[in-house]
Amino acid sequence: MSKLYSVAALFNTPNEIMHAAAKVADAGYENYDVNTPYPLHGMDGAMKLKSSKMGYYTIAIGLTCMSLMLFFMYWVYNIDYPQVIGGKPLFPLPAFVPLMFEITILTGAVLTVAVMIIFYFKFPNNAHPIHDSSYMKAVSSDKFGLIIEAVDPKFDLEGVKAFLASIGAYQVDEIYFDEEEVNTKHKILDSKFVIGMFLLAGVTSISVYLHMNKLLYMPPFDWMLVQHKVTAQDHSDFFKNGISSREPVEGTVARGFMPYLYSDDPDGASENLVNPFVADEDNIALGKKKYLTYCSPCHGDLAKGDSRLHGQFPNGPTLHSDKLLSWTDGRIYHVITEGQNVMPGYKKTVTRKERWAIVNYVRTLQRALDAKEEDMQ
Amino acid sequence: MSNHDTTINYTKKDLPKGILKFGIPLLIIGIVAAVLAYYTDPMRASFNNIISLLLIVSVGLGAIFLVALEHIAGAVWSVPFRRIAEHQGFIFLATPLLALPILFNMHDIFEWTHLEVVMNDPILYQKSPYLNEGFFYARSIGIFVVMTFFLFIYLRNSTKQDTTHSQKTTKINALISAAFMPLFAISITMVAIDYAMSLEPHWFSTIFGVYYFAGTFATAMAVLTLLTLSLKSNGNLLKEINGNHYYSMGGLMFAFTAFWMYMAFSQYMLIWYANVPEETFWFLPRMENGWEYLSIGLIFIKFIIPFGLLLNRNSKMNPSRLKLASFWIIGAHVYDMYWLVMPTYNRMSGTEGPVFGWIELGFVALSAGIILVFYYLAANKKNHIAIGDPKLNRALDFRI
Repeated sequence: MSKLYSVAALFNTPNEIMHAAAKVADAGYENYDVNTPYPLHGMDGAMKLKSSKMGYYTIAIGLTCMSLMLFFMYWVYNIDYPQVIGGKPLFPLPAFVPLMFEITILTGAVLTVAVMIIFYFKFPNNAHPIHDSSYMKAVSSDKFGLIIEAVDPKFDLEGVKAFLASIGAYQVDEIYFDEEEVNTKHKILDSKFVIGMFLLAGVTSISVYLHMNKLLYMPPFDWMLVQHKVTAQDHSDFFKNGISSREPVEGTVARGFMPYLYSDDPDGASENLVNPFVADEDNIALGKKKYLTYCSPCHGDLAKGDSRLHGQFPNGPTLHSDKLLSWTDGRIYHVITEGQNVMPGYKKTVTRKERWAIVNYVRTLQRALDAKEEDMQ
Repeated sequence: MSNHDTTINYTKKDLPKGILKFGIPLLIIGIVAAVLAYYTDPMRASFNNIISLLLIVSVGLGAIFLVALEHIAGAVWSVPFRRIAEHQGFIFLATPLLALPILFNMHDIFEWTHLEVVMNDPILYQKSPYLNEGFFYARSIGIFVVMTFFLFIYLRNSTKQDTTHSQKTTKINALISAAFMPLFAISITMVAIDYAMSLEPHWFSTIFGVYYFAGTFATAMAVLTLLTLSLKSNGNLLKEINGNHYYSMGGLMFAFTAFWMYMAFSQYMLIWYANVPEETFWFLPRMENGWEYLSIGLIFIKFIIPFGLLLNRNSKMNPSRLKLASFWIIGAHVYDMYWLVMPTYNRMSGTEGPVFGWIELGFVALSAGIILVFYYLAANKKNHIAIGDPKLNRALDFRI
């Protein structure tokens, strides 16, 4: 059944609506509202509205979310997975500030809109009596409208209509509403809403799956994947054996590489290999640099087997043991080259010269820390 | 919006007596203190002189910028205050008085003026095409001449419009401002680089000019707000000026307080992240010997407190609260300049930690005296409102 909601008046210009709002406010009406196609500066003053408290909600939301974000980052960086990044402290506050700033802005803006939808729109309800009226159509395109609600204590139908006409409205309508429709309470757990959400989630998941797993492998979207070049470990129609990777030609040595003859023969290396590099200042400096890069993570900076990975990883032994002191340079070179037990070989990452330089540096460390009698003199 | 009277009832009145009552004693105290300081401790005096100069440039040149900004943006709300800003720009004419002692004491202040240092330092040697005394004088004089030229053009056009009421003048001003803007950007960056950044000639920060500009804008706006509020309460302005106008002034101060923090933090964070010794050494003296408290204090004094003071809508509309915020922002700018300049004084003089005494206070008094007296000289017996501006009626009806 229909019931009177309000009397709606339409005006042509912003100036008219501004004066009309001021006059309605002066006349003592309380339940009235103004609808305009765009915000009008000064309308709050004309309507004698108190200043909105919304800003306080926004800053409270923003600061709360900022604190939560800060706590989350603290938890990640200091409690859950502490690790040093770029030599910065575990809690690098300046690095967090841009994130905190952005989180404050983002949550402040988004959640303010959400709060407004919940409070003013009464989510999940979405019906309002003035929706679906010709008045609404007019004020959402180019007219300026004012409504006085029937619940206003001073409301009297004929009087209000005459009053609105007297303050310059070019059209005055009555707006009726269907009580049943407007007062229907929608619930969040309405079955249609829930099913709709599930369908949405399903469609999203399936489309993402199809996109990432099927579509990207179909021409022409596979242009990153299929390229006209020989990639390692791939099939090749060009070569007879159908393998893209080539083996070196037998009996040849690649430029800049020197074959290592003692791969499975540590004793041979120990006996026959002699350090071809003089342990001068440059050589030891090179050895130190490479040692600190490749060896120290397990063996420790001074080769005492006390690195910071001690206990978290197969422990690298000390290089000051009697066994190591008695080894020849060739034997140490062999271990660096081929690895031993869980230690991998470094012949691919460290060049021959650098390996010998590391040997020299290890010898320097040994001599410094396990000095013999004759070194003291 | 409303059908306002097209005639404006404006009657000239004398400036508030407080301007001279405070201005002349402050100026005299300041000059006496400055002269004494130059006799007793010329190096410390020169560094304080730089702080004073940077402040006066902020107030004066910033005001010329505000005028140009109104013209080029076609702003309406600020028309009633444009004449005050134009008179405030007159304060820029005091800069040679403050710059001369610095130019005579350059060897005390600027490391790059020592030829033997420059020749033995590859970085300074490569910077010497820019950082040399001749070009330094040329830049200072050039900036002063060009900016003063614009100031007088704006003043002349504006006063002429009082009688002609010509719309054409407004258009010409917009064109002039288009030429002014790039020159202003170069000028203020050069002021910041020459008088503040070159104190540490090895250091460089491309954002430094913007950093100084952010403080400049807020400070010029704060001085303009204070002048407006005192002229309004004295009855020199029109009664239609109300909270809506004040709100916009407060809003701009608020915006540039946040903008300053944005710039200051951008500068700090990049240097902190990259962690390159060529850049970090500028921050190191500011993190030891008591400077660390001043550095943390800077965050509060220049950003957090004025941010809180201006956040609320009422605080921007209420004259007494706006006055408090404006004073605070000017004070914070002095503090900021102190923080920029004085660590170099420590290095050059061999002292440790921040110094504070009668010399610092004397130069602050000198700056305040210059602001008040020069404003009085510019504005005495003149119209304080651009009564001929065609936009004035709309400006008086301005609503937020």
